Amino acid sequence: MSSASATNTATDSGGGARPTRRAVALTTALLIVFLLYSLAPTWFLLVASTKNQTDLYSTFGLWFSSNHLADNFQAIWDYHDGVFGRWILNSVLYSTVGAAGSTLVSLAAGYGLAKFGFRGRGALFGVIVGASLLPSTLLAFPLYLVFAEIGLTNTVWAVLIPYFINPFGVYLGKVYADTSVPTELMEAARIDGASETRIFFSVALRLMRTGGITIFMLDFVNIWNNFFLPLFMLNGERSFPVTLGLFSWVQQAQTARDMNTLVLTGSLLSIIPLAVFMFALQKYWRSGILMGSLK
Amino acid sequence: MSTLTRPAKVATDSPARRTSPRRTGRRGAAKGLLFMMPFLIGFLLTYVVPIGYAFSQSLHEKKSSGIGFGPTKIVYAGFANFSAILSDGTFWTGMLRTLLFGAAQITVMLGVSLLLALLLDGVAARAVRFFRAGLLIPYVIPGVVSTLIWLFLYSPTASPIIDIANRAGTSVTFFGGIDTYLSLGNLLTWQGIGFNMILISASLQALPRELYEAARLDGAKEWRIAWSIKVPNITGILVLTGMFSLIGRLQLFTEPLFLRYVAPESISTDFTPMLEIFDRAFKTGDYQYAAAESLVLAVVTGVLAFVFYRVTNRKVS
Repeated sequence: MSSASATNTATDSGGGARPTRRAVALTTALLIVFLLYSLAPTWFLLVASTKNQTDLYSTFGLWFSSNHLADNFQAIWDYHDGVFGRWILNSVLYSTVGAAGSTLVSLAAGYGLAKFGFRGRGALFGVIVGASLLPSTLLAFPLYLVFAEIGLTNTVWAVLIPYFINPFGVYLGKVYADTSVPTELMEAARIDGASETRIFFSVALRLMRTGGITIFMLDFVNIWNNFFLPLFMLNGERSFPVTLGLFSWVQQAQTARDMNTLVLTGSLLSIIPLAVFMFALQKYWRSGILMGSLK
Repeated sequence: MSTLTRPAKVATDSPARRTSPRRTGRRGAAKGLLFMMPFLIGFLLTYVVPIGYAFSQSLHEKKSSGIGFGPTKIVYAGFANFSAILSDGTFWTGMLRTLLFGAAQITVMLGVSLLLALLLDGVAARAVRFFRAGLLIPYVIPGVVSTLIWLFLYSPTASPIIDIANRAGTSVTFFGGIDTYLSLGNLLTWQGIGFNMILISASLQALPRELYEAARLDGAKEWRIAWSIKVPNITGILVLTGMFSLIGRLQLFTEPLFLRYVAPESISTDFTPMLEIFDRAFKTGDYQYAAAESLVLAVVTGVLAFVFYRVTNRKVS
């Protein structure tokens, strides 16, 4: 790196501002190397899900042999009466309901924090910021202990309730309420005789729409990708989200039949709904990433 | 909407209302708490109660009544679990291993991300969009799936990497000794560089152009501008990102859990604190000890977060 740059300095002593052809080539070459690094594993997944078991082990992994994609789909569909489809639906259900609930709870709490003065507000906000720094993995086992005690484990509530409560979402909700809901407008609605709940649902929520979508998107992706909470909470195969379902296949692969083709094709299938979701919300994506990084 | 603009005028007509923003007072307290209620109840149920309950569990232990196979019962044990953890070598080894490994892996990951962000700063706008989209692909792939992909890329039977190495007349191993850490680190780096690159890109773009315009006019080379002007100006953000990544890394769980299926002899059940807690709770069935371990891990995490917070605050001021 440094030697290449040094030669650049030597060859181009007069010009100045414009990067040399050599520098551009080096930059592009390095970017291409990392692009290949980023893409090759995904390419491998795409290729591998078209192979049957023999080809998977005997042919070169980064190129196709005979196409068995349809057979692999069929095998997935046949497994335990299409339980894989159920897993995808569960993931969609947990992500949609979990993110919607969390968004509403967060916006309401953020709005309450931002727009109403009450004693202890500052301390409460401090607790919420502190809690948002706690990695959620940390709480998985204590949560399991409590939910097992009150008989919630193995129900959808065991995962949905923790998804609803997201301190970081509340923090974002407060930021959005601060910046996009004018207090004057609330005052005006009050004078007009609107109740506080009415003001929240028909005025404030509308104004915080962009913020709400960002919170929803971050939550949706997090829940879709979540693995450890369902791992702790759910026992019955039919309640698994797709991440846990794939893990159960990996576990079986060690003991019973060779499940590798199913695992690979299933992995590919499990990406598709998330990719569609992210593509649909792509204009909120960049701000979402940056917001998510604040955590 | 139109019904709302009308009363807005009314409000501006009465300045007395506007000059007292704290008008809501007591009434505001009740209303504000009303909106917070769903969250507060949920927070109590999913944060406060679990931590309290885990604490009370951690003060107990399982004793079998009678000799041998009698039914077990839970008895109060004081701080026995905690003192056992303090002298539990494997637990602290796992903790230290995770921290050291995390620090090394995060340094590499942020270094690569920084390099990519700087490189993207130096190519044409159209190419930027293309490269950025490609480099972000790993971020779109769920963590479990990317772990599965690398599981196969590391597996002795299906790996194309081993294929290529064999054709080139060499051999590669992915597990055992330092290889285990390199493989795990590679997986985590692969997952993380796209995301961190976007972060660093954003802070590079936020730098005022005047910072380096002058240098550029003076004929400074791009790499020189990058190294001497851009990088020093975003060091604070890099340090902050790195430290908070390390807090997350301390909870490392899913990736080693999966890789265990390829290399059970290289990745033990106490490889990271979370793996140990999981194993203790659901394989050994010792909920009380696992609860105590969870709390110790939470305390270590909290202390780290606090120290980092102090360090970064001092840097800023």
